[in-house]
Amino acid sequence: MAKPKRLREFDVVRDDEKCIRCEVCCRMCANDVHSYDAETDKVSADSAKCVGCHFCEDVCPTEALVIKRNKSQIKQNANWKSDALGNIIKQAETGGVVLIGMGNDRPIRDYFGRIVLNASQVTNPSIDPLREPMELKTFIGSKPDRIELVEKKSKVRNTTEIPPQLELETPVLFTAMSFGSISLNACKSLAKAACDFGTYWNTGEGGLHKDLYPYAHRCIVQVASGRFGVDREYLKKGAAIEIKIGQGAKPGIGGHLPGEKVSGEISSTRMIPEGTDALSPAPHHDIYSIEDLRQLIFALKEATDYKKPVGVKIAAVHNVAPIASGIVRAGADFVVIDGIRGGTGAAPQIIRDNVGIPIELAVAAVDQRLREEGIRHKASLIAAGGIKSSGDVVKAVALGADAVYIGTAALVALGCHLCQRCYTGKCNWGIATQDPYLTKRLNPEIGAKRAYNLLRGWSLEIKEMLGGMGINAIESLRGNKEQLRGIGLHEKELELLGIKHAGEAW
Amino acid sequence: MQKKLIPDIDYRVPSACGVTGIMNQKGELFSGDAIYASICNMLERGSGLGSGFVAYGIYPELKDYWCFHIMYQDDRAKENTEDYLKKNFGVKHSEPIPTRRVKSLKFIPLLWRYFLEIEKEVGSAEDYIIKVVMDINKEIEGAFVFSSGKNMGIFKGVGNPDEIGEFFRVPEYKGYIWVSHNRFPTNSVGWWGGAHPFGILDWSVVHNGEISSYGVNKRYLENFGYFCTLSTDTEVITYLFDLLVRRHKIPFETVGNILSAPFWSQIERIEDKEERELLKTLRMVYGPALVNGPFSVIVANSSCMVGLNDRIKLRPLVAATKGDFLYISSEEAAIKIVSPQLDKVWMPRAGEPTIGKLM
Repeated sequence: MAKPKRLREFDVVRDDEKCIRCEVCCRMCANDVHSYDAETDKVSADSAKCVGCHFCEDVCPTEALVIKRNKSQIKQNANWKSDALGNIIKQAETGGVVLIGMGNDRPIRDYFGRIVLNASQVTNPSIDPLREPMELKTFIGSKPDRIELVEKKSKVRNTTEIPPQLELETPVLFTAMSFGSISLNACKSLAKAACDFGTYWNTGEGGLHKDLYPYAHRCIVQVASGRFGVDREYLKKGAAIEIKIGQGAKPGIGGHLPGEKVSGEISSTRMIPEGTDALSPAPHHDIYSIEDLRQLIFALKEATDYKKPVGVKIAAVHNVAPIASGIVRAGADFVVIDGIRGGTGAAPQIIRDNVGIPIELAVAAVDQRLREEGIRHKASLIAAGGIKSSGDVVKAVALGADAVYIGTAALVALGCHLCQRCYTGKCNWGIATQDPYLTKRLNPEIGAKRAYNLLRGWSLEIKEMLGGMGINAIESLRGNKEQLRGIGLHEKELELLGIKHAGEAW
Repeated sequence: MQKKLIPDIDYRVPSACGVTGIMNQKGELFSGDAIYASICNMLERGSGLGSGFVAYGIYPELKDYWCFHIMYQDDRAKENTEDYLKKNFGVKHSEPIPTRRVKSLKFIPLLWRYFLEIEKEVGSAEDYIIKVVMDINKEIEGAFVFSSGKNMGIFKGVGNPDEIGEFFRVPEYKGYIWVSHNRFPTNSVGWWGGAHPFGILDWSVVHNGEISSYGVNKRYLENFGYFCTLSTDTEVITYLFDLLVRRHKIPFETVGNILSAPFWSQIERIEDKEERELLKTLRMVYGPALVNGPFSVIVANSSCMVGLNDRIKLRPLVAATKGDFLYISSEEAAIKIVSPQLDKVWMPRAGEPTIGKLM
């Protein structure tokens, strides 16, 4: 029978006049799109294989290539769009679950885009960050609600012990991305940038490769349901520990790194046999309740002599505020909330696109809940999932976050074009792949510089926005919803975010 | 009726202002003439939309009783409040606050003062008073407690300082600390409660500035049971002082390091390691109490008067001494009119508190 084909997503358009037959595209494309025929001296493309990563376009020395979205030829239909059709066709062929990479690409309401910031006029001078100090220093960890002072030799001294803290020069950290889901060069790039700038990176659940030891002092080591790479040494090396319960891109779902990707390096880092599948169960099988989580938190604190903050990461789901409250009561020093737009290396598309809630609502709800219960100081709050710009950072902090995690933004700085095919392992940019031919394209020195530049650029912008509001320290922005106004938001949404509508004064 | 005219009960009204304070550090009483002259020398700093005075040591015969100054919108609010007071206190004495007719003043509320005794077992008397004041201000419509300390009182309203001073017959009182305020709000206000000084217990605060960190400070204070009913910046500063000094027992010098915290770059340069660690810890733990934005404030209680600026000194503040007197003011002229020959005049640095204590 005639089988339907999936709609071609892209057209590779080549200007034959410009093409010099250098064949760089043919050699570079991991998806084998381009080929050269010596007999006819023609370079041709199999557009059906193109994933839209734009690598060939960017490396073509004569700019002969343009990757264009294929204009859909199917009958227009508001309900049955080409991606829905495409997935059905795919499943009709394979009978499997449709996989996808990166964050949700559906038009889930973007609250950041509907929130605007304040600035000072007349009654309050705005502050120029180029002339005046402007402070972004942020501490992640549990704080006491007060301190006890004594007078010693006519000097005031503190007698309160402060739990361990992470000290950040900017309220932005690199989120969990494992060695396995991304290449070692990508890990190195982010790790080095975090160290150079004075923030933190995160191992994900891939363990800590030996080459990353020099950056371990600014690394948050993750303990996830697969417990890959976790041993005493690993816990001691990191600056903090993060228990991963869930992820915004796939709440309630485990992970699966196929055996063919478990190379020698990954095998030794994850401490599993070479070539075996690395399966992360959906739940931790030693955590079936909040009291079990408490045990793991304290087991990890015991293992590290109470010298490192231990946090818990969860996906933003309906009941996120009470869950976060329980996590704080269970002893976590920080809580990470990952919203529905959070990225991933691989997830079932149906989960990524349909499960969870936006980070803006989740952060506002969690912050408010912790304050109402009088335990907000006991843990820091890190927001993740869809932070696209420094504006989003400022809004997330004003909604109640202490800091934000970025993942996708950091990968875009390294070259990612969000083709969403991370799970294929054929990343032409050398990011989401373990193929040495591909990974060597990402130079960790240059990658680190680019990721550092991103942090620097955003930090400068955050300072400009703070100065405009007449604020010179980030702690005066944290939870400062007075500086936010909603545009075109429903009353209920404003109530949940805890902000007023634009046009309303103080 | 009046509620419609009072934006600062529902909205935060930023204002620029003149502040001035005089303290006799030996506790000797002096008449309100001095403060009246001082504030009236800064009429330019106000717009006739609010001013006020606070005096310590003015009720020596009733110094052991909590003195509430309350403004009422109408008789019903007064009845409700008095029922409430009778239920919760022994009322030693009550009377209208003595005033003189000043033609230009409008929307004058009913003004009463009560001398109260706590008769039941309540634990901390101070916490009880705060709870009661919050209750009345939040729950009883049309009633507002604007002074609640012992042997001190706040007098304030909508008008120029000369009018308000004359109205409340300020020069007739004698106190050892006097602080006054002249207000320039950015929109018209008709409610007398919005004027400064703001007070709770024997704390009083006058404030020139706008707090950009208001949202943070307000939510932080809610954690500790302080609810900002008034939506004024000044209220926030008052509660922060009460929280830090009275409840957390932090000395005034250190409170300066919390409200107008030194910059990280300054902290890093401190050689004494313990001092450096202390300042770092203060910022870590009390970050939400950092008051950001331009301000100069004068805070007083029964034993001290403290002047403080924001961390980059965006509003003026001058201090001076003459004998046992300490002067703190927005302008030197407001000090010199009272005491032309001063021992010492200086500009306190950003974030550095100027402290006067009873000797």
